[in-house]
Amino acid sequence: MNILVCIKQVPGSNKVEVDPVTGVLKRNGADAKMNPYDLFALETGLRLKEQYGGTVNVLTMGPPPAKKILYEAFAMGADKGALITDRKFGGADVLATSYTLSQGIKRFGNFDLILCGLQTTDGDTAQVGPEVSEQLGIPCVCNVKQVEGVEDDSILVDMEMSEDVERLKVSFPCLLTVQKDIYEPRLPSYKKSKETASRDIETYTLSDMSDTDEHHYGLNGSPTQVQRIFPPESHKARETWQGSGEELADRMYSLLKSQKFIA
Amino acid sequence: MMEYKQITKEDLDIIAGFMDRERLLFGEEINEEYSHDELASEKSYPSLVARVTSTEEVSKLMAYANEHHIAVTPRGAGTGLVGASVAVEHGIMIDTTLMNHVLELDEENLTLTVEPGVLLMELRNYVEERGFYYPPDPGEKSATIGGNISTNAGGMTAVKYGVTRDYVRSLEVVLADGTIMQLGGKVVKNSSGYDLKDMVIGSEGTLAFVTKAILKLLPLPKKSVSLLVPFPTLEQAIGTVPLIIQAKSVPTAIEFMEREVILDAEEYLGRKFPDNQADAYLLLKFDGNTMEEIASYYDETAQICLDQGAIDILIADTEERSLPVWKTRGAFLEAIKASTSMMDEVDVVVPRNKVNAFVEFVHQLRQEIGIRIKSFGHAGDGNLHVYILRDDLPEDKWQDLLGIAMNRMYAKAHDLRGQVSGEHGIGLVKKPYLNESLPEASLVLMRGIKKVFDPNNILNPHKVCQA
Repeated sequence: MNILVCIKQVPGSNKVEVDPVTGVLKRNGADAKMNPYDLFALETGLRLKEQYGGTVNVLTMGPPPAKKILYEAFAMGADKGALITDRKFGGADVLATSYTLSQGIKRFGNFDLILCGLQTTDGDTAQVGPEVSEQLGIPCVCNVKQVEGVEDDSILVDMEMSEDVERLKVSFPCLLTVQKDIYEPRLPSYKKSKETASRDIETYTLSDMSDTDEHHYGLNGSPTQVQRIFPPESHKARETWQGSGEELADRMYSLLKSQKFIA
Repeated sequence: MMEYKQITKEDLDIIAGFMDRERLLFGEEINEEYSHDELASEKSYPSLVARVTSTEEVSKLMAYANEHHIAVTPRGAGTGLVGASVAVEHGIMIDTTLMNHVLELDEENLTLTVEPGVLLMELRNYVEERGFYYPPDPGEKSATIGGNISTNAGGMTAVKYGVTRDYVRSLEVVLADGTIMQLGGKVVKNSSGYDLKDMVIGSEGTLAFVTKAILKLLPLPKKSVSLLVPFPTLEQAIGTVPLIIQAKSVPTAIEFMEREVILDAEEYLGRKFPDNQADAYLLLKFDGNTMEEIASYYDETAQICLDQGAIDILIADTEERSLPVWKTRGAFLEAIKASTSMMDEVDVVVPRNKVNAFVEFVHQLRQEIGIRIKSFGHAGDGNLHVYILRDDLPEDKWQDLLGIAMNRMYAKAHDLRGQVSGEHGIGLVKKPYLNESLPEASLVLMRGIKKVFDPNNILNPHKVCQA
């Protein structure tokens, strides 16, 4: 099975900071890491390879330092990596990003299975995966919480819905976005990182794509206009309850129920 | 020995004259949890629980108890493991959990002033949010800082940063007669007479009652990386530790763990550990200001591990990678506890180059006497946690085998020039082993000190060194 995992470099801290003046996300290149959700996609790819054979390839889009996460993926067991990078791809919204990725994927190879994390910790849209499948014209299943089995031409997966789990058989080629905790991601290996430190990475710029029309990429290809970015309000309200154990238990039960933490 | 007076309704009325009745629990009002600590099989109810909110209340309670010869037992979060907070003589239990305020962060002197009931996890969050670091890191994060001071708690960072005693600048204490006293101060150096503060630290509430502490802080290291190192055997894993220490790269933590304990933790947490290729692991942590600085430290360590037969070195360099590893490590005690019906523990500390000899001895011992024994611990500082599990043994057989296992392990630790407790303390249940392990002259000195601090022996009687 030829597997591709799409990964992204995101800010190193899980607390994303927004510049209060410009409203732009503060990105510090020195402090960047692989999107935590992508670790689960990569782990899924590596487990499938271990069980069913094949290769695990990784693709990312970003400025040249984003290569770091491809090497990190090699240290976890990925076989081959490619970087999509060009200033002309900058400022892309989800539409332009997914179009660029789909172009890069076509350039990179033919894949039976494309895996993405559920979302990223910086953009948080959860739209890029499904849009890539749309651009490639292949089926997509989101929120996959379990892989039930693999056949020659298809994969059987459980998709988590808000109240149900739907089991689906999807023909290859297809794209899955996987849930957090589908598997516990392995840690990068020091030995593998030494072995793969000089492995070549393919780099694709605009001129490498089959569609070289600049208007389809970056800011030019992005219908989304960002008006303002601001951190969400956080609430740290606390209340103290007094009463007997029984009263407090009843009250706690009612609260959890009203907040829909329990059914 | 003079009998202790038991608390009566009249005593309660008098005490309720100087502190709120609703913060006093008497007789039937006392919940079962006040009768024991987290592990010890010892159980005894206090007659009165006083949930104090100020030093003055502690002072008045102590003066009253001293005058009427009532035993006083201090209690924090009740997470102790040696029965130190069990009210053997009933009397008054002073519960510090409402004295849970951070009083001052002094950024000029790098100190934090706290009440004794602040939980360790709250304390850490408070300082780390502000860019400071309180290094002592015992596994039990829901313990109170007062309890940590009373046992001189250690934890995982002792190998680089030391233990609780190294981070206490000053204590406010209440003596047995109710006198309030400051010991030490916000000073970095101190050569002014006997260090009474250091004497109170680790005294398990037998010398004085801690009502306030000024703790030393460090700047928070900006980055940390943990290395999980799988080895084919535990012997190889532990045998590597002295070489790591010799190489002077100073990890902040060096822990060892075995597959069987990791499996217990997986079951307990309902979450898989990120690796399953080996039977034994070392877990190392390095801190510093940049990833490059840290990588330069661990490169050499990684090579040493590989030379000693490590299968690989796994790098946990982000929060989401290190959290599952340390969460598993932090759950070991609870996980082992959940895997059996009852257990008892040994918290010996041996010289670092003797850890392997001790662990090997424990492995042989469990074969020999036929009881399940599990262990993990701080390979970097020689402090081991060994748990003897009852499973479905009948009471008499359990007591029998437990006694044999305990005696043999303490004797072995003594032979290796170790000490009875690395960080959990002596309390009630480790007293016989302390008595056997220390020279009589040391015990005589300890008892003399106890008599000077607490002539009427009202403070936590029967604990540590007393008959």
